[in-house]
Amino acid sequence: MNWHNIVTVYLKELKDSLRDRRTLLSTIIIPTLVMPLLTFGVGKVASVVINRARGETPSIVILGGEDSPGVVAQLKASKKFRVVASTADWKQRIGDKQIRAAVRIPEKFEAGLRAGAAAPVVIYHYEGELKSMLGVGELEKFFRDLRDQTVTARLAERALPPSLVRPFEFSRENVAPPEKVGGNLIGGFVPYLIIILCFTGAMYPAMDLTAGEKERGTMETLLCSPVARVDLVLGKFLMVLTGSLSAMVFMLVSMGATAFIAGSMWAGGGKAAPLAAAAAAKDSASVIPMIDPLGLLGVLAMVLPVAVLFSAVIFTVALFAKSYKEAQSYVGPLVLVIIMPAVLGMLPGIDLNFRLALVPILNLSLVCKEMLSGVWHWEYIALIFGSSCVYAGLALALAVRMFNREDVIFRT
Amino acid sequence: MIEARLLTKTFRDKKRGEIHAVDAVSFRAEPGRIYGLLGANGAGKTTTLRLLATLLKPTSGSATVAGFDVVREPEKVRANVGFLAASTALYGRLTAREMITYFGRLHGLADPEIKARLARLAVQLDMEEFLDRRCDKFSTGMKQKTSIARTLIHDPAVMVFDEPTLGLDVMTARAIVRFVRECRDRGKTVIYSTHVMSEVEKLCDTIGIIHDGRLLAEGTLAGLRTQYGEQDMEEIFVKVAGGEAKP
Ligand SMILES: Nc1ncnc2c1ncn2[C@@H]1O[C@H](COP(=O)(O)OP(=O)(O)OP(=O)(O)O)[C@@H](O)[C@H]1O
Ligand SMILES: [Mg+2]
Repeated sequence: MNWHNIVTVYLKELKDSLRDRRTLLSTIIIPTLVMPLLTFGVGKVASVVINRARGETPSIVILGGEDSPGVVAQLKASKKFRVVASTADWKQRIGDKQIRAAVRIPEKFEAGLRAGAAAPVVIYHYEGELKSMLGVGELEKFFRDLRDQTVTARLAERALPPSLVRPFEFSRENVAPPEKVGGNLIGGFVPYLIIILCFTGAMYPAMDLTAGEKERGTMETLLCSPVARVDLVLGKFLMVLTGSLSAMVFMLVSMGATAFIAGSMWAGGGKAAPLAAAAAAKDSASVIPMIDPLGLLGVLAMVLPVAVLFSAVIFTVALFAKSYKEAQSYVGPLVLVIIMPAVLGMLPGIDLNFRLALVPILNLSLVCKEMLSGVWHWEYIALIFGSSCVYAGLALALAVRMFNREDVIFRT
Repeated sequence: MIEARLLTKTFRDKKRGEIHAVDAVSFRAEPGRIYGLLGANGAGKTTTLRLLATLLKPTSGSATVAGFDVVREPEKVRANVGFLAASTALYGRLTAREMITYFGRLHGLADPEIKARLARLAVQLDMEEFLDRRCDKFSTGMKQKTSIARTLIHDPAVMVFDEPTLGLDVMTARAIVRFVRECRDRGKTVIYSTHVMSEVEKLCDTIGIIHDGRLLAEGTLAGLRTQYGEQDMEEIFVKVAGGEAKP
């Protein structure tokens, strides 16, 4: 190994890549834009849609209830929903989102109540449809209140205290610090994004520096130089790693900037105390709540060996291909292999254990989720960092080996 | 100086089985002379030259190039060889100057040295006006000149040319041929592969005819003419290649 040669190769590849539009796009431009787009684009649209749905008064239909005028009148008087005339195709209309829900008041409902107990009320809704669910929520609240009123009235009639049916109250209170809340909401998503960008950042330089060079015929020119093959591989590999890390760094920096801008924007321009900003950001369905900066540093350290692993693996795979196109068809499916463990790690139920700590990518995803929410399991962190380094080292050794094989370099 | 001794290269191909691309080839190329390797498509010219330039490792046999063994000291061999082929392209996103400087550095030259040599080569090859333009915008002739400068930046003792005039127009091809002669006149060992008979006649001091991986005939142009009783190189070639029954 000759560091002088490695640096020479690296600097040349860096200059070359900076002039390649595809590489610039995947390592700088897209990573910079992804967070702002997600936050201000998708995040904003989502919060607008939800708020509008909340703001609208749900339209409902009453089925039956001719012999229970009191309840019907109360429903009609409520400001929480708008009662529209019932038609025979009410089910269809729920499906078509013209009305949000229907409520069936059983025969002799009020008479039954007076006598003691009435037949059940049934609420019809469209499962999974946001607006229908909001309408149902309001209807349920209405009937729960009605039941409570009935109970209260009955207790009063018999001169019994309300504590007879409600012997105690309970409530809940949040003890998690704000960054912990952020970690759980977003903690799964940020590592996921980091993993994907590390991969796509390495992808284009890796294909360009291997299959691309074969296709353009510069590989043979390069191999004519007296530089040892291992130096060529390492110089090229460092460039691929640079692409991977640059994608991640650009994404994180732009994420920080986005969080800052979004925070002060959603704080309403008022006294933008950090906490108020975080709270404001949270309830406007923001994608970026407060994140523990120390956790972010930890994530960066953990990602390093994984970036090495990705770079070496993509480099090796792309080296087999004869052309850029062929390389794309090999590397493309790899994305799925990466995404699966990354998505698994995003699921709320899965937590770290010693076995999962050895699964590449999934372990990173899980440990990042913990670190971002301020939890530091040092024995897992050491195990994951160590195993990632071993995987990365193996992948890099494989890349060097493949580069030395003439049936890989001169494949026909 | 190049010396090949029973140089053999066998490829394993899934469809075609074993391919004896180069089969026990022995020859000697001397400094100050041009050795021409003449052969049809698929005869094994490129493979032979790649073995000499240590891009491939021989299956068996050996060769010394500029005094170094191709198997044991491949890096030293490459440091003393300039390899130019149709398949050795330029980096399109670099300028000619950057390209040549890069290869100078890869050969371990210091930057001032590279600068001085590049200035001299640019004058010799008349490439000053496009030195700072990107290679992907070059005409074929400009590319060829840049490639030549790239092979010469480390002033190698041995020059290996693999069909360097392939796909070039007459004027550019003549310029290349003139340049190959200059290399010989400066005392370099030159090996030159082609399937163009006239080039061999004009250029080469010694001619080796390669067919199906084997070196079937070798000698000076005059020697081959007397040996095969033909004046025309093409007739000689057909006699050599066709007269030998395939085993
Ligand atoms: N990397 C390889 N893998 C398998 N077979 C190969 C490889 N390289 C060359 N061959 C085969 O070896 C034989 C010799 O090829 P070579 O390229 O040396 O011929 P050539 O004389 O240069 O021909 P051309 O005039 O077409 O350039 C051919 O049959 C070719 O298909
Ligand atoms: Mg050839």
